[in-house]
Amino acid sequence: MILLNLYLSFAKVGLFTFGGGYAMLPLIESEIIHGRGWLTVREFTDIVAIAEVTPGPIAVNSATFVGYRLAGVLGGIVATLGVVTPSVVIILALAMLAKRFENSTQLALVKSGMRPAVVGLIAAAALSVARVALVDLKSIIMAAVAALLVFKVKLDPILVLAISGLLGAIIFS
Amino acid sequence: MDSKSATDSKSNEDRRQEMKAPPRASAAALFWTFFRIGAFTIGGGYVMVPLIQRDIVERRGWVEKDSFVDVLAIAQTAPGPIAVNTAVYVGYMLRGIWGALSCLAGCILPSIIIILVVAALFDQISSSTYVQAAFAGIRPAVVVLILSAAIKIGRPVVRSRTELALAVAAMVLVAFVRVSPALVVTAAAVYGLSSRSIAGNGGTDA
Repeated sequence: MILLNLYLSFAKVGLFTFGGGYAMLPLIESEIIHGRGWLTVREFTDIVAIAEVTPGPIAVNSATFVGYRLAGVLGGIVATLGVVTPSVVIILALAMLAKRFENSTQLALVKSGMRPAVVGLIAAAALSVARVALVDLKSIIMAAVAALLVFKVKLDPILVLAISGLLGAIIFS
Repeated sequence: MDSKSATDSKSNEDRRQEMKAPPRASAAALFWTFFRIGAFTIGGGYVMVPLIQRDIVERRGWVEKDSFVDVLAIAQTAPGPIAVNTAVYVGYMLRGIWGALSCLAGCILPSIIIILVVAALFDQISSSTYVQAAFAGIRPAVVVLILSAAIKIGRPVVRSRTELALAVAAMVLVAFVRVSPALVVTAAAVYGLSSRSIAGNGGTDA
């Protein structure tokens, strides 16, 4: 029963999250902590901290962690499947629609407005990460090093992340 | 699907010359590509944008630049994690439903594995100064990577003053006014539909 409830609760969280993982956190809070009483606020804070420093979408990480805490490995998997189910269904429906209207002029007009906005949204994401990432001289120098690796050396982004992590472990510890 | 199987018998060169037929991606290749990307999506779903751009658009040529922008538009408008939405959409474009599920599995499996390990060793990991220091080092790089994705994606898309104004307006609304990205994309879509001027040089790929 707990598995079914986990699945349904996280499906609800997935369905009502717009705008990426962080938008999901208040929903998880109201659904899982206040709604179901499955976690304390303290535990939730720890989970968010862990989700932030581990690879993967924060929403997925939080779901796996909460599910694991409540019902072990199976719980982790079920909660994760719950949180991605609405995405999969909705995206597949939209992708099929987009394919059907591939050649419509209306869709071309819609795209012409959306495309520049998407560029703005990505820039906004960079800004919001910058707010928490660039906090002192050291971190600004780290950003400059990363910029050199990305724009001049044209290194693979994954290598840039790995090198930055290594440098960070040396410099910030 | 028909156009793809028809091009299978041709040489690679012929295939590349056909704009509508991207290189064929196997479900296994999709899975491993997104597994790699998922394992390095650190610090939120947007980190995935430069990673996907590099692997799927530039290196493999599976998705064209223009289509990638459209994928991102839908990924940000639909509910759910952006990384998951992007993976499912790219997978569907390349190999239908099975492609979507392969990408989804690849994208979330690293998270699941890592979180399950972390959950078991929670206290040791969260209090390790090295782990925290490494992430303090990664975050500035994330800013640069996302910015570089914005520039790369923006170059072919933002060419007129109207387009630049739209991009800046979207950035300001989301970053400073805290309007939901889904609302901004929807509003931009409505604007595009109502004004034919930006489509004159912009949305001519249909």
